[in-house]
Amino acid sequence: MAVFGTEVDRPLYGRGPSPGLRFTIYAVLSVVLMYYDQHGHWEQRLRYALEATAYPVQVAVNSPSAGWRALTETFQSRAVLRAENERLRAHERELELQLIREASLEQENAELRQLHASLPPPLIKNSQLAEIISVETDPLRQRVVINKGARDGVKLNQTVVDGTGVLGQVARLGPWSAEVILVTDPEHAIPVQITRNNLRSIAVGSGNSGELLLPYLAINSDVKSGDLLVSSGLGGVFPAGLPVARITGVRRESNQILAQVRAQPLATVERDREVILLEFEPTHPDAPAPNPPIAPAPATPVKAAPKIPDNDE
Amino acid sequence: MSDRNLGLTITLTAIIALVLTVLPLPTWLAIARPQFLVVTVLYWSIMSPRSGGILLGFASGLALDVLQGQVLGEHALALAFAAYLAIRLHLLVRAKPVFEQSLFVFAALMVYEFLLWVLDGWSGHPLSTPTRWVHTLTGGLIWPLVAGVLGRFHSTR
Repeated sequence: MAVFGTEVDRPLYGRGPSPGLRFTIYAVLSVVLMYYDQHGHWEQRLRYALEATAYPVQVAVNSPSAGWRALTETFQSRAVLRAENERLRAHERELELQLIREASLEQENAELRQLHASLPPPLIKNSQLAEIISVETDPLRQRVVINKGARDGVKLNQTVVDGTGVLGQVARLGPWSAEVILVTDPEHAIPVQITRNNLRSIAVGSGNSGELLLPYLAINSDVKSGDLLVSSGLGGVFPAGLPVARITGVRRESNQILAQVRAQPLATVERDREVILLEFEPTHPDAPAPNPPIAPAPATPVKAAPKIPDNDE
Repeated sequence: MSDRNLGLTITLTAIIALVLTVLPLPTWLAIARPQFLVVTVLYWSIMSPRSGGILLGFASGLALDVLQGQVLGEHALALAFAAYLAIRLHLLVRAKPVFEQSLFVFAALMVYEFLLWVLDGWSGHPLSTPTRWVHTLTGGLIWPLVAGVLGRFHSTR
């Protein structure tokens, strides 16, 4: 049954399985798929292959807007280009100045490093630029598809940032593309820390872009509008110290135990066309723990503690 | 029109509907966007229940799962069921005027979305915003247009 419609000659309620039976067969198949998508391992390979087949569709859908962008860039007026050129030149001068300062700092740093041979290597080992493919994922969830995948060295749960802050993490991986779950997705939570006083909490996505919620702060906790949130490094996905969001509002109601805290993420998907995938030096103290949390959680939790570990023998 | 051609037509229209489904739109429009692929599957299930039908629903659902789904198989199940409903009732629906067909499509889309909502919840990706039901309404409204366009591609038997 390669093409739908090869069984046209068959009467509907004659030979062959009835619609009810056929539906049952496909329903069972769907349930099996769902079960293994939740629990299994072999299906990851199936999913991976399916993501690969979806890639052409994504590229095809993306091509009109990409083509339009290329066209407008080609016919941009001279004045606009000149202005942009001017701006970039000024920016470059600034960067050059910084570079000179940086060179001297680096030299100084190297000298200090010689004194202190055990200083850790830089946190960010590698970074990679990826472009957002404009394809609609579920509009009610905050996800984007990027044009780099496993073939480009992207890994599951890899941190995704833009120039200003944390954007999200890789949730699903295909060979040439990947799906990124944003920090604002209602299913996403990121462990954060207030820079002013090192207060730790968790920032949960609100479902609309431009807002994070901090639902676990007590009513008397020291938090106020304008506080900067950085990732705390707990949880093993994000490293410590990446800027995440800024508190925009704190509401305290005297009959409640928890304060209602809102924050605005620093990274904005609407503006971004390109995102940066970060890879971290695992030996750095700020790097996330090596064990990815997506892997089936080892049976360590609360109950295991008092038990004597003899069940292995 | 030969049967092989009909099969090809069904496949092509399904692919076009899939592209319309993942075409990027501003958020408010994306929420109101009808599920073109589901409406197309319903159309072929009603008008040509022998070809396509449940397999078409299952395959289209799988494509939706890969592009937009949370769990592999949820759209496949929901869409196979919607196709099954349409096939079971195709004689009844086909005889009705377009307005009543719209009502049926609306009901089928509600069932489809309800199944998705349940499966989302069971699989641990709950999403209960009322906005997720908007497309059932627009899907019903767009039915006369879809039926008109797709009706040009085949002769009714």
